[in-house]
Amino acid sequence: MYIVVTIAILITMALALARALLGPTVYDRISAVNMFGTKTVLLIAVFAFFSGRTDLLDIALVYALINFIGVVAVLRLVQYGDFHSSAKTSTKTGKINSE
Amino acid sequence: MIDILINVTLLAFLAITAIAIVRMTHLFAIVMLYGIFSFLTAGLFVVMDAADVAFTEAAVGAGISTVLMLATLALSKDHQEKKSRHRPWLPLSLVVVTGAALVYGTMDIPGFGDPAAPSQVHVAPYYIEQSMPDTGVPNMVTAVLASYRGFDTLGEVVVVFTAGIAVLLLIGGRRAKQTDKTQLEKESDDA
Repeated sequence: MYIVVTIAILITMALALARALLGPTVYDRISAVNMFGTKTVLLIAVFAFFSGRTDLLDIALVYALINFIGVVAVLRLVQYGDFHSSAKTSTKTGKINSE
Repeated sequence: MIDILINVTLLAFLAITAIAIVRMTHLFAIVMLYGIFSFLTAGLFVVMDAADVAFTEAAVGAGISTVLMLATLALSKDHQEKKSRHRPWLPLSLVVVTGAALVYGTMDIPGFGDPAAPSQVHVAPYYIEQSMPDTGVPNMVTAVLASYRGFDTLGEVVVVFTAGIAVLLLIGGRRAKQTDKTQLEKESDDA
């Protein structure tokens, strides 16, 4: 049973990786990275149950938190150009072009 | 069985990601692929039972360094990598020869988790037996890092803190100048 779940997660990781490689827009790639991080969390959780080392679940939780914070930071950077400015004072040159 | 499957697949993903990073010219996509690379490496570390290294890799590689690289990217105007003019045959052959020498060197390395390996019989038995009565920390690696080598870790933290301040000064300083410039432009426009 564990092996079926593992193969399913690995296939999903491959699909997310393909989207990150091909993805035409910035948002495709951000979404792919977020999904890849989530799949890493799942893979670690499955591996923790499979190998009986339940302390690895803590690491899976930390990965989920890091993934969330990282994606929020990346999205903020893409929208505003930097961390300092509020929504009103977005700079001219700072924006990452979404092509 | 599952270990081997996960290891082989993750290593294949790692190779694909690395080749894609080298071939791509779109810098934002490359930074995103760096994040995937870090998650893959961290997953491999977890499978190899190096939980503390995996923690560091996920926090620094996937978290901080992605954000720092994107912040640097936001400060620069050009987001396309320039194609190199010359054919890098000499560096490529040098890297291949060095890699082959390193692979040849791994032939003499003892197997993964071999109890008779020199690194396992030197000071490791002392830590395994004495770290709990000495320090009272349940995790052995944490006991070595934070108790036996506490001053060493303190020095490392000072170095990392200094580097962090330097990076903040570099990125933040550039930003302040830009604000001044845009304000000046606005004033001149108003005038």
